[in-house]
Amino acid sequence: MSTIIPIGPFHPVLEEPEYIQLYVNGETVESADIDLGRIHRGMELLAQEKTFDQDIFLVERICGICSASHSWAASLAIEDIVGVTPPDRARYLRTIVHELERLHSHMLWVGLAGHILGYWTVFMWGWKYREPVLDALEMITGNRQHYAWYKAGGVRRDVADEIWPEILKIIDEFDKNTDMLIGAILDDPVILSRLKGVGILTKEDAIHYGCLGPTARGSGVDIDVRRDDDYGAYSEVDWDVIVQPDGDCLAVSVVRLLEMKEACKIIKQCIEKLPGGPIVTEIRDIPRGEGVGHIEAPRGESFHYIRSNGTNMPERHKMRAPTFLNIPSFRPRVKGETISDAVLIFAVIDPCYSCTERMAVLDPSGKPFMTGQDLIKLSHEKTEKLRREF
Amino acid sequence: MGATSWGFKKSLWVFHLNAGACNACDIEVLDCLCPRFDIERFGMKLVGSVKHADVLLVSGFVSRKVLPQVIETYEQAPKPVAVVALGSCGCTGGIFRDGYNFAGPVDKLIPVDAYIPGCPPRPEAIIDGIVKLMGKL
Repeated sequence: MSTIIPIGPFHPVLEEPEYIQLYVNGETVESADIDLGRIHRGMELLAQEKTFDQDIFLVERICGICSASHSWAASLAIEDIVGVTPPDRARYLRTIVHELERLHSHMLWVGLAGHILGYWTVFMWGWKYREPVLDALEMITGNRQHYAWYKAGGVRRDVADEIWPEILKIIDEFDKNTDMLIGAILDDPVILSRLKGVGILTKEDAIHYGCLGPTARGSGVDIDVRRDDDYGAYSEVDWDVIVQPDGDCLAVSVVRLLEMKEACKIIKQCIEKLPGGPIVTEIRDIPRGEGVGHIEAPRGESFHYIRSNGTNMPERHKMRAPTFLNIPSFRPRVKGETISDAVLIFAVIDPCYSCTERMAVLDPSGKPFMTGQDLIKLSHEKTEKLRREF
Repeated sequence: MGATSWGFKKSLWVFHLNAGACNACDIEVLDCLCPRFDIERFGMKLVGSVKHADVLLVSGFVSRKVLPQVIETYEQAPKPVAVVALGSCGCTGGIFRDGYNFAGPVDKLIPVDAYIPGCPPRPEAIIDGIVKLMGKL
């Protein structure tokens, strides 16, 4: 006989509205059910009603944290249709902004993990060190988030050479702070005991569930689009893919912490090697055809497929964000753990629901679309069904 | 000065409701709490339940699935409660207003006292908006 513990949809620990049901027996979690769909915005249909240029602005708004990743992937897909390559300077500039985004995304996760563990100091530190990175992004692109900086064929604005010393200073400072944070977190016995051996995802399970990004690399799966399918300037700079074999929460945290160090390395080398020249290859017409773009977002591989029918609007724009594949891995992770660890295990994949939400529109006989109330009723019925089963 | 305006005069406690935002606004709200912006110097803090809150901060276009929950949350809040629509999506629906899952914007569903536009609004804009709201109450 198991008890059901609901978490959400508006829970203080979770940033976004989502609903988790934990089936518990005493203190032990037996299974879990996740109900998503509150942030579904109909992005793919909206993308078909906008021109290619407007599309980049739309896909940026899939997620406020990894907006550069989505707009870069969509730009790559359009470039794939036309068959152009961006100039060298654009490739380097894109790489710099993308890695800066990785820095602020991982630091944000470190802060939130501290918040979930009950360490407000870690939260405040993490978010304090994150601010200069946002300043650097604002210096380069003009905005803290949603940069509107990527464009099919290159980037939108050139950068004055005077700002690079300032940005190098910010990165050096960030590097030092990361070292301090790694030392402080890995030396703390309480944090270690909360993370080590908790929520283990085996390598077989990670492959079986199709996990991506730091979630997979924390379980010993050696995948990284930046190395496997070269794009941007990654093949021209020196960096390593971080892989940890253990698969517990500590391994994933270590992957994220060390990846920040690698990102600092990449940015410094890119600024050193930054070539001159034009920043954009003009694209006049987009011919009939299809193109694919995929890149390594902070949470894993982000994938965009665009089909063009020769007009100025895409015929189909398919997007897939990494959290969609990482969320189901919560189930094998949480089995057999205690309730107090459940939210931490859920947060360890760095879930980002706004990337994930999708909905099947059921309209077989021309009936109107299902309303929100119907969906909620369905969800309640499902809960009832599961309740009877247990 | 009545009891209501006296209650609003000092520390406003804020409940943040994400009704389908892309995370950018939510992160800027959390940014306000961290050392650089430090919104707590105005006595504001985020609370975990709307029953403790003076201000209901709604970010995001309102999706159909979250619509009944937005109205329910507003009904659960102890009145009077000030409602703030945050971001372009909260104010007008923004880039998603043509979407099939759009049930908002916020002011169509519940009475709104202040709008903070921007995609996303900067932390300075959020602090400015809420401090102006304090003056209005």
